[in-house]
Amino acid sequence: MEKEFNISKKADEFLQIFKKGEEFTKNLLKENERLRFKVAQLEEELSKAGDEGRKKLYEERIRALEQEIGSLLERYKQVEEENKDFASRYLEVEAENNNLANLYVASYQLHSTLDFNEVLRIVLEIVINLIGAEKFAIYLMDEKANELLPVATEGIPLNDIPKTKIGEGIIGKVAKEAESYFIEDLGARGSSPSDPLHPVVCIPLKIKEHVIGVISIYALFIQKTAFTNIDYELFNLLAGHAATAIFSSRLYTQSERKLTTIQSFLDLLKEKPRK
Amino acid sequence: MPNVLVVEDSPTMRQLIGFAIKRIPGAKIIEATDGVDALKKLASEKIDIILADINMPVMDGLKLVSLVRENPSYKHIPVIMITTEGAEEDRKKALAIGANAYLTKPIQTQELMKLVSSFVSY
Repeated sequence: MEKEFNISKKADEFLQIFKKGEEFTKNLLKENERLRFKVAQLEEELSKAGDEGRKKLYEERIRALEQEIGSLLERYKQVEEENKDFASRYLEVEAENNNLANLYVASYQLHSTLDFNEVLRIVLEIVINLIGAEKFAIYLMDEKANELLPVATEGIPLNDIPKTKIGEGIIGKVAKEAESYFIEDLGARGSSPSDPLHPVVCIPLKIKEHVIGVISIYALFIQKTAFTNIDYELFNLLAGHAATAIFSSRLYTQSERKLTTIQSFLDLLKEKPRK
Repeated sequence: MPNVLVVEDSPTMRQLIGFAIKRIPGAKIIEATDGVDALKKLASEKIDIILADINMPVMDGLKLVSLVRENPSYKHIPVIMITTEGAEEDRKKALAIGANAYLTKPIQTQELMKLVSSFVSY
C-alpha cells in the first residue's frame, strides 16, 4: 500500500515536472517566434535604411557634380571673357605696333639725310604714303617778306599755289598761331574740287614755338575717308620732326654752298700772286 | 621661309613694308626700286611672292605684272599690288592683268601680313 502511494507521488512529481517542461518549451517557442519576428523586422528596416542611404549618397554626389559643373561653367565663362579681353588687347597692341612702325619709319627717314631737296622729297613721301594725301603743298616762311612761299607740291603744279601772307586766310592763320587746322566734316569735302586757299588740313612746321613753314593738304585719296589716330600722331610728328629736318638741312645746304664759295674765293686768291 | 620681293620706288614705303614682312617667320626681303630692277632680282633670286607699287619710274607695276605672267618661270608667283590708286577701275585693271590682290595706301601692316601669309607657306 505504502509502495503504491510512493509510486503515485513520484508519478505526480514527474507529471508536474513534465508540465513545467511543457510550459517552458511553450515559452521558449514563443520567445523564439518573437525573436524571429524581431529579426525579420530589423532586416526589413536595415534594408529600407540601406536604400535611403544609397539614395542620399547619390543625391549628395549629384549635388556635388552639379556644383562642380556650375563652377566649371563659371570658370569657362571667365576664361572666355579673359580670351575676349586678350583678343581685343592683342588687336590694340597690333594697332599700336602698326602706329609705332609708321612713326618710326617717318622719323627715321626724315633724319636720314642733310640734303634739303631730299628732306622735302621724304616729307612728300610720308604725306602721300602714310597719310594718304593726294594734293598738298609745303610752304616755308620768308620772314623778311612776312609770307609763306610754296617750295614743294604733290598733285598740283607749284605755280598754281599762291604765296600767302602771315595771318591771312586759313594757311596764314595756322602759320601765325602755330596751331593745326582740320576741316570738321571730311566726308562732305571729299568730292569737292581742291582749293589752294581752303585746305582740309594745315599743319604748322615748328621748332618749339617758332614756325618755319606749313604743310597744307587740299585733297585726300578716294580710299581715305576719315582721319585715324595715327594720322594725328603723324601730323604731330611732321610738325616737329619735319620742321627740324627741313631747317637743319637748309642750314647745312646753305653752309655747304657758302663753304664752296669761300673755298673758291680762297683758291682764287692763292692763284692770283702766281700770275 | 618665303622670299618676298618688294618693288617700290619710295624708300619710306620699302622700309615700312619691310617692317611688316619681317614679322612673318623666316621671311626674307629682297628690294627693287622699279619694274626693271624687279625683273633683274627675279632672274637672280628665288622669289615666292611679289609686292609691287603701281606708279614707279622706268617700269610701272602693271607692266611688271604682265611681264611676270607671260614668263613661264615666274607666272606662278603671286603678286600683291600696293598703291595709292584707290579707284575701282584701277583695282579691276590690275586684277585683270594678273595681280592676285590689291591693297591701297596707307597700308595696315596687319592686313598686309595676313594677305602675304595667305599666299605663301612657311
